[in-house]
Amino acid sequence: MNKTTALITAGALSLTWSGTLLADDGYITLASTTSTENSGLFGAIIPAFTEKTGIDVRVVAVGTGQAFEIGRRGDADSLLVHDTAGEEQFVADGYATERLNVMYNDFVIVGPSDDPAGISDSETVVDAMQQIAESESPFASRGDDSGTNRAELRLWEDAGITPQGEWYRELGSGMGPTLNTAAGMDAYTFTDRATWVAFENPQDLTLLFEGDEALFNQYGSLLLSAERHPHLKHDLAAQWHEWLVSKEGQQAIADFEVDGQQLFFPNAE
Amino acid sequence: MLTSDNAFSTALALILSMDSALISIVMLSLQVSLMAVVIASLLALPLGAALALWRFPGRNAVIIVLNALMGLPPVVAGLCVYLLLSRAGPLGSWGLLFTPTAMVIAQVILVLPIIAALTRQQIETLHGEYAEQLQSLGLTRPRMIPTLLWDARFGLLTVILAGFGRASAEVGAVMIVGGNIDGVTRVMTTSIVLETSKGNLPMALGLGIILLILVTMINAIAHMIGETAKKRLG
Repeated sequence: MNKTTALITAGALSLTWSGTLLADDGYITLASTTSTENSGLFGAIIPAFTEKTGIDVRVVAVGTGQAFEIGRRGDADSLLVHDTAGEEQFVADGYATERLNVMYNDFVIVGPSDDPAGISDSETVVDAMQQIAESESPFASRGDDSGTNRAELRLWEDAGITPQGEWYRELGSGMGPTLNTAAGMDAYTFTDRATWVAFENPQDLTLLFEGDEALFNQYGSLLLSAERHPHLKHDLAAQWHEWLVSKEGQQAIADFEVDGQQLFFPNAE
Repeated sequence: MLTSDNAFSTALALILSMDSALISIVMLSLQVSLMAVVIASLLALPLGAALALWRFPGRNAVIIVLNALMGLPPVVAGLCVYLLLSRAGPLGSWGLLFTPTAMVIAQVILVLPIIAALTRQQIETLHGEYAEQLQSLGLTRPRMIPTLLWDARFGLLTVILAGFGRASAEVGAVMIVGGNIDGVTRVMTTSIVLETSKGNLPMALGLGIILLILVTMINAIAHMIGETAKKRLG
């Protein structure tokens, strides 16, 4: 029996800590949003960057609110998020030294295909949201302080509506889980186009409203402050930051497609 | 559309393809959870036994807290470890956040109370039966611990398996402290969450089936070892 115990222990230990877990400084940690990760964008563009610079990019995909918090605490080397107002505040607060436009896509409203609120004919997104509120059609909101959630709340404000009542359901979830839930309860929801196109469980949901300028969704890259967080890998992060807005990086973003559809449009100045 | 049918065929296809990404995810899951269980056992078995043998003021409170911690929500354990290991936290300079080591630490915190509390229960019962005998042999309490642990080993194997079940099944803690980074901290449970959020339900369920098969295999091995040992001892 002693032998058996020794065997189990040896077996368990030999499984643990092989080479993959050793420290490796040739990488940066990037806090970004679920929309960029879930759509597959990073899987498509990071290899090109790694090949050029030898730097691996480890992506932690969270909501924009949580990404800011990770950046404030100094737990990521770089941020790529989509809340321009929040990003500018982040720079103003001294957590980042530079913010650059990288790319954009747009938000869309999806909902049950029979469209009970009749938003598919709406002129503007504000009209569409007013129709949803007036008809009290179920609407699933992220409710998680993400970039998408913040954009949605700004539009309700523009529409002069305080969304509340049984029809307005705050889920406190990421975009994917929110789409799953909206599909399950035939609710409208507000989503970025990339996550929607890459989403595989739409059930009866369909794209109902798109194309208003107010649905513009800008992504920005933040170069974190070396002064505030001296331990971060600023040199490597700066290379990533600059590559994203370089001709090469912008081309890689433009080349990324899902089902033949371009999901992110580079717009660095 | 999702049917159980295509989830099973997805699982089967995944297993047959021996996809290297899947294998590394499976290996990391096993590494993290087994490491966590080994560390937690080394700490919790003596701790539980000591708690069974010693009488001290506040002992009941310790037992109650330990029992309650068996129900510690993984996400809370994850959050505590996150705050501890974050650069802004007390252990930030170690740079462990978003590494497998951080995931092991979080799982140790989840598993330790389960193993300690259940060990305490088993050893206390056993001690009640053998107290006089052990005393007549002139064993001091510290010397009794290994004897009792050894005597209770078959029961404790189940205790350790309960701890392993907790570690391999949880997602809340490893998601927060690991960050679900592709190829670095992505494990089975965080992959399942990710695939679910992509709406790729057959893949999510397929991964779930593989995880269940793995856990069943580990339990089967442990069971067989226990049975063989019992037979040998007659």
